[in-house]
Amino acid sequence: MSIPAPPEPSATTMPSMHRILVPILALLAAVGCSADERPADFRFLNTEPETIDPGRVGGQAGGRIVANLFEGLTVRVPPSLAPGPGIATDWWTSDDGLTWTFRLRSSTWSDGTPLTARDFVWSWRRVLDPRTASKSAQLLFPVRGARKFNAGVSDDLGLFAPDDTTLVVELETPTPYLADLAAAPPLAPSPRHVVEKVGETWTRPEWIVSNGPYVLDDWRLQDRMRLQRNPRYWNVEAIALDVVEAVAGDFANANFNRYESGLIDWVDSGGVPPALVDALKRRPDWHSGPFLATYFLRCNVERPPLDDERVRRALSYALDAEAITTHVTRAGQVPARGLVPPGVPGHDGIDAPLFDVERAHSLLAAAGYPGGEGFPSLTLLFNTSEWHRQIAEVLQQQWREHLGIEIELLNQEWKVFTTTVRARDYDLARGSWIGDVLDAQNFLEIFTTGNGNNRTGWSSARYDALIASASRTRDPERRAALLRECERMVVLDDAIILPVYVYSVTNLYDDTQWAGLEPDLLNSLDLRRVRPVRTGVSR
Amino acid sequence: MTGFVLRRALATVPLLLGIVVVSFFFMRLAPGGPFDADRALDPQVRANLEARYGLDRPLVEQLGVYVGGLLEGDLGPSFKYVGWSVQEIIAQGAPVSLTLGAGALLIALLVGIPLGVIAALYHNRWADHLATSIALVGVCVPNFVLGPVLVLVFVFGLGWLPVGGWGSPEQVILPAVTLGAVRAAYIGRLARAGMLDVLQQDFVRTARAKGLSERVVVARHALRIAIVPVVQYLGPAIASILVGSVVVERIFDLPGLGSFFINAALNRDYTLAMGSVLLYSTLLIGLNLLVDVLARAFDPRTETS
Repeated sequence: MSIPAPPEPSATTMPSMHRILVPILALLAAVGCSADERPADFRFLNTEPETIDPGRVGGQAGGRIVANLFEGLTVRVPPSLAPGPGIATDWWTSDDGLTWTFRLRSSTWSDGTPLTARDFVWSWRRVLDPRTASKSAQLLFPVRGARKFNAGVSDDLGLFAPDDTTLVVELETPTPYLADLAAAPPLAPSPRHVVEKVGETWTRPEWIVSNGPYVLDDWRLQDRMRLQRNPRYWNVEAIALDVVEAVAGDFANANFNRYESGLIDWVDSGGVPPALVDALKRRPDWHSGPFLATYFLRCNVERPPLDDERVRRALSYALDAEAITTHVTRAGQVPARGLVPPGVPGHDGIDAPLFDVERAHSLLAAAGYPGGEGFPSLTLLFNTSEWHRQIAEVLQQQWREHLGIEIELLNQEWKVFTTTVRARDYDLARGSWIGDVLDAQNFLEIFTTGNGNNRTGWSSARYDALIASASRTRDPERRAALLRECERMVVLDDAIILPVYVYSVTNLYDDTQWAGLEPDLLNSLDLRRVRPVRTGVSR
Repeated sequence: MTGFVLRRALATVPLLLGIVVVSFFFMRLAPGGPFDADRALDPQVRANLEARYGLDRPLVEQLGVYVGGLLEGDLGPSFKYVGWSVQEIIAQGAPVSLTLGAGALLIALLVGIPLGVIAALYHNRWADHLATSIALVGVCVPNFVLGPVLVLVFVFGLGWLPVGGWGSPEQVILPAVTLGAVRAAYIGRLARAGMLDVLQQDFVRTARAKGLSERVVVARHALRIAIVPVVQYLGPAIASILVGSVVVERIFDLPGLGSFFINAALNRDYTLAMGSVLLYSTLLIGLNLLVDVLARAFDPRTETS
């Protein structure tokens, strides 16, 4: 029997192991090599923005950054968030409300280049330019000629800069909220001299030039953005914080852990794990308030039995929203009594009567389903989320209990869900609307005929006419009355949507340490106002 | 050996091309597109966006443009992150994921191999039972449980380590342990079995008969053969580390590729999702090849068999 020779111990035997380990260790060591930089004065939670280019920004994460790097004609002033002077010192409208004139202060970009009214004309044209393909182009559609300009068929646009400090805006219809709109991040100016020189990547730290309270110092994707106070900001004396970091994080538990261990100073709902809401809302660092958004269900009015408005109203009256806000959402949401959230200036809510089982019963009986008898099966569609599932299950149970009807639940992944709802391939579907501007029309006009956000199949010539006259009228009281009538139609008379609750802002921060962070309707984070409570506190 | 490596490397080209084509059509089959959101875009605005990203062209032409770009090393622009190319995003995230993976692998090897060797040397004695039990626990506890438990103990309990984020070496420790633990346990079991097997073999008896000390017998002769199963396991281990890092990156809020990968698929960010798939496939294929080469280098017998 031959004995296999033992492998010869040689210099190559064990060192092979080292050949694997050495590069690994080298790689690990490299991680620690990031340059030492001074800690930020203030760190807030954000998600990774899609873009921080004002001309293309959309969504909250990008909007928060743009609002602090750039400044538009106006800024929103808390607590009402009414527009106040930004780069524009004052503004006025013509008698017919179709021409607005803004007077600009003298100011510069962060590189010292003067900022003029021509920058605004160029920036707003850029938002509307089809080649920019901005998702926010719609915001400027009230401007005369904007739609045709955006379609690339006309070059005529109602935007003029007669001199360096005057901007004239001509409108298609009076747009009473134009000054508020001018504070929206997409309408902040972009630096033409940089955008044209650099192209797509002009928002990178090495190129970016801005005109707001901060400049972008560093940007690590999905990690953090570092903002540095802009010494050339026109009101730089009012800015308390020198260095601020926007920390990107998608996962509520991890974000909350970082907040708890002091690595983040301010988190919004993205840092509040739903399971901890009950414990957190008793703490002094919990700050909540209403948010400019409504949670509702859309009814597909083309499908029986939802084509009968009595059935829709019965479902609405049998919906106990308070049970949902008390037992499911629990974080300060309030039952919705209309489509427009409370707190929108100039809007007088309809205060829709809530939960009324008896009324629901008689409506359902009148529609031919006494006690739910013979009621066909309906499906409630929602996008995949534990939150929406719980709400759907409560609704299912409420309707079973109060009306004796059976609703099936169906969840779909987000993009599938939006496609299904847009194709109107549903009975009842979860929906929500977050206001772009503090104006009731922004909520109500989505249910006009042909609006891409309608998605209910409902169309009413009377409703369309009401919205149209609301956009034409210059009398605020008459306008409020018209919009109120619209809200009555969608919520009460025709009940094409079933309002559930008004969203809430749920932020965590220590108010013994930070001032200027009081929650507002838009959950904006305006660094112009944030300051440490005790002077001289710095890390 | 060189021929073997070349043959394998050449075989990956059609494989990767197949992955590109299949994943391209899979992405497009999924309902919804990159610009579908809760709120509808004006049809003109939508048309402008689609034209900008070439989505208005026929699918086959889009595939052609994409593959053409690939040949020039261009993975295309991200649909979601305006102004960022896919290669830029990967270049930012990959070092994080790779460092985390390397750390996890290091921990798996440094913990697993000694654990297995000790268990084998003290076969059926208390050290063996202890090591086997540790390994059993390690295999059973999933990383989404282990991670938060480690955070509770080492961050909020003892206060020794940062809770998450990226930038300093201390921030690698907890995620790497979380990710490496299961692999360490598995490697421990493989090393134990390998060592037990080798210690019975004739060449070990010969080495002992030559009068070599037990330390030399184990460290120089037995270990080299005993860890061959471990080396062969590295391929699947690396694969599971890469996949597992997606979860761990979320637990610790790390700016690695994992979160981009998941979000890219959910956002229908076609180019970023494809870029991630390509990167992961290339890594897996490449590392498996490397592991095969390593296994041959460690045990000369594999070459002949």
